[in-house]
Amino acid sequence: MTETATRDGADAARPLTKKDFSSDQEVRWCPGCGDYAILANVQGVMPSLGIPRENLVFVSGIGCAARFPYYMETYGFHSIHGRAPAIATGISVTRPDLKVFVVTGDGDALSIGGNHLIHAMRRNANMTILLFNNQIYGLTKGQYSPTSELGKITKSTPMGSLDYPFNPVSVALGAEATFVARSIDNERQHLTDMLTRAANHEGTAFIEIYQNCNIFNDGAFDAVRKNRPQQIRLEHGRPIRFGAEDEFGVALKRTGELEIVDATRVAEDVLLVHDAHREDPGLAFMLSRLSHTPQGPTPIGLFRQVERPVYGTRLNAQLDDAVARRGAGDLATLLAGPDNWMVN
Amino acid sequence: MTTKTVQQRDTVTIRFAGDSGDGMQLTGNRFTTVSAVLGNDVATLPDFPAEIRAPAGSLPGVSGFQLHFADHDILTPGDAPDVLVAMNPAALKTNVDDLEPGATIIVNSDAFSAGNLRKARYDSNPLDDASLSSFNVVSVPLSTLTVGALEDTGLGKKEKERAKNMFALGLMSWMFSRPTEPTVEWMRAKFAAQPELAEANITALQAGFAFGETTELFAHSYEVAPAELPPGRYRQITGNTAIAYGLVAAAERSGLPMFLGGYPITPASDVLHELARLKHFGVRTFQAEDEIAGVGAALGAAFAGSLAATVTSGPGVALKTETIGLAVSVELPLLILNIQRGGPSTGLPTKTEQSDLLQAMYGRNGEAPVPIIAAATPGDCFYAAIEAARIAITYRTPVFVLSDGYLANGAEPWRVPDVDDLPDLSSAVQFATDPNDGDRFLPFRRDAATLARPWAIPGTPGLEHRIGGLEKADGTGNISYDPDNHHRMTELRAAKVARIAESIPPVEVDHVDGARLLVLGWGSTYGPIRAAVRRARLDGMPVAVAHLRHLNPFPSNLAEVLNGYDRVLVPEMNAGQLQKLLRAEFLVDVHGYHRVSGLPFTAAELIDAIAHELKGLS
Ligand SMILES: Cc1ncc(C[n+]2csc(CCOP(=O)(O)OP(=O)(O)O)c2C)c(N)n1
Ligand code: SF4
Repeated sequence: MTETATRDGADAARPLTKKDFSSDQEVRWCPGCGDYAILANVQGVMPSLGIPRENLVFVSGIGCAARFPYYMETYGFHSIHGRAPAIATGISVTRPDLKVFVVTGDGDALSIGGNHLIHAMRRNANMTILLFNNQIYGLTKGQYSPTSELGKITKSTPMGSLDYPFNPVSVALGAEATFVARSIDNERQHLTDMLTRAANHEGTAFIEIYQNCNIFNDGAFDAVRKNRPQQIRLEHGRPIRFGAEDEFGVALKRTGELEIVDATRVAEDVLLVHDAHREDPGLAFMLSRLSHTPQGPTPIGLFRQVERPVYGTRLNAQLDDAVARRGAGDLATLLAGPDNWMVN
Repeated sequence: MTTKTVQQRDTVTIRFAGDSGDGMQLTGNRFTTVSAVLGNDVATLPDFPAEIRAPAGSLPGVSGFQLHFADHDILTPGDAPDVLVAMNPAALKTNVDDLEPGATIIVNSDAFSAGNLRKARYDSNPLDDASLSSFNVVSVPLSTLTVGALEDTGLGKKEKERAKNMFALGLMSWMFSRPTEPTVEWMRAKFAAQPELAEANITALQAGFAFGETTELFAHSYEVAPAELPPGRYRQITGNTAIAYGLVAAAERSGLPMFLGGYPITPASDVLHELARLKHFGVRTFQAEDEIAGVGAALGAAFAGSLAATVTSGPGVALKTETIGLAVSVELPLLILNIQRGGPSTGLPTKTEQSDLLQAMYGRNGEAPVPIIAAATPGDCFYAAIEAARIAITYRTPVFVLSDGYLANGAEPWRVPDVDDLPDLSSAVQFATDPNDGDRFLPFRRDAATLARPWAIPGTPGLEHRIGGLEKADGTGNISYDPDNHHRMTELRAAKVARIAESIPPVEVDHVDGARLLVLGWGSTYGPIRAAVRRARLDGMPVAVAHLRHLNPFPSNLAEVLNGYDRVLVPEMNAGQLQKLLRAEFLVDVHGYHRVSGLPFTAAELIDAIAHELKGLS
């Protein structure tokens, strides 16, 4: 088996299918790993984006999740631990014609690569970041990660972890990312919807995907993953309700905090209507705090989507502007400089 | 013009020294520009403190600018200044030890107050005691004279006083027969928005000139005739500007868009600044969140088809190390410009050193060879950048360019090249457009001549492929843990870099009859070494001299050259890094001369080192 592309010239006009996006490489995740479902979902979403295969680039760091680009029949760059957002920034700002995805794990994105992640988001460089959160270090065999719950017992923390976990959505909102969403590996429809919306967003789109690592952290998300009533599904413009019968809701208290209320006992207008397009990320941030770790009712869906100028677009506009103002650069003039003299 | 006599001098070295806020860099730069335009050869050595504003009048706050100008071609900013202009006691204290007896010291006597003397740790006023008796000290109340000259302006006393550097420049202009007009014009253009300020500075400048002519303090002025330089158009250039222009030229000559990812660090930031102003050349600059992101973005840009570079200094290279290793592994062109400074750690940020050679050579995990080019002079930084780009593009490899603080900020007259004479790099680019194995594309199938792999950029239909830092199977580029494959790929990567030697010129030796000693240098020691050898030969010492531009791989005739001499001396501003490489590679007992003072070598110390080696030979 080789990992090389063949050219289907005659087929060029044929619409692409999911199969066109799977490379010939043998997928090497553990059987039962949540990464399989995400891969299948991403491959399924690709044809609908209408982007030629050669214009898609998947960039990753290091980790189990980061093997992802090898399995996509697109351009791919499996890089180094934590640095994928930086590499993707270089691709995206120099080649606005490309669609760049970053695939990263919770350790990759939030530990070693935390700095690059927040700066990519604040800059709003054009890229879609998929963070596979399994709350553990998979590839290095099971140490706690920056999203592991406090007190986590692992090989490196035999008496329980001591550091408080990050909530990835809170981090992204804190960095004022222009698109922030959360989904779950095996929620096929929901994940497809989030991936599609993220891929169509201009700027940095961030999706946290709860991903089960059945080897080192099995069932970490079961409280919400296999438990639809515990999923607070955010939908723009709709009052926030959840539960088996939508019997719960989210309301804004007088004190300025959010609370979970019994929706059967309060008036409809008490419930908070989700507005994903609020300029201020404050309310979205509060929503992200409804559950710090996914043990109780947990919001999933689109927390925030706003428009803000895209870094690469603005950089390229500055180049055009410079040419408009100064004319295209002339090398001979530059080298001679304004102060020169002749020696005969 | 003047009624006083004019004496001819063939070479003069002046040092302006004062508080960081006294405008010494500007003063020095203006004097340099005018001297260059007059046709002198010039070389400069700015020397500023790491602190932006150390307390006024304090010893750490002293900023200096030395320039050497002559009627012949010169190679160094001068060993010992003939004239020191000291704007305050701290400037005198920190610089006086560099002077030879008989040198002239011009001091701003107004600044020698009890407070300033205390800040400079003087127990008594050196202008009143005998401590400066071996020098020709000229006390001039620069502040008072400047304020007096600006009496009629509407400026406050502080602002008037601030123009004293222009008064000093005017005085030195008279002393060395430099016209003031070019600076007058420059002032008017520079301060077009503040004409009052421009005129005040001009008045101070002209007052300083007139003072020289009329005062009894000076019996005569000096003249330094133009040097005989090869004909052509000249400008002044610093190493940092030259390296930035080299990148732009390489982009233009290769037809690639230029991308620079960087993070501010002394003394490299000016390269970022320079390129940031050149957006009309299609240059994209990216100030990243740190050095790792700077080089990461550059590698991404290279993958996507840009001529990509990152610029930094030693501590930044330390952070970029892992990404440079990745670039070796994925075999993409990438330029890493290291403007070296004193180390280890933060070291001496504003001082020069060439102690990152072994870092460039070996500072990565695994077998990760990276070609290395070093610039010899400020103007040579331009050509070093182009040569590095040629190698990077042709061989699809990261390449180090080593400059240093001295080259970065030092200036020299530079013959402006004809753009058409610059190397044409376009044929080396050759993006892959088609499958290379039947209807398959093998991203690691190598070119037979260069061993380079194809550069297939995203957006090319049919060539979709994956790269990464895991070991790749020869040819297909698929992940491979096969033992023999890993060994083979390691050898191929090494062979590719070694093969670059076929495309570089042999090292040229400047030999003289009877020479048994070869002095071999690299990087910015070029000037001091050549100057030392020139003088050593005049003193009857037969020595050969050569300089290395390519440090990895070495030119293919280097073994033969080294073996052609009884002794080889390698002077380096480090503890013997090239010396170690040469000994290891060629089994030659190379001797070294090492000093890490943060300043370039003086020719005098190198002459001593040469004499010492010659004595050992006889
Ligand atoms: C510089 C560096 N440090 C450490 C490692 C080892 N390492 C590889 S993956 C990883 C953590 C992976 O965890 P995560 O990002 O959560 O991904 P997962 O494997 O769980 O998908 C670590 C510590 C490395 N490859 N490089
Ligand atoms: S270790 Fe966990 S995350 Fe990694 S492949 Fe196995 S199941 Fe998946």
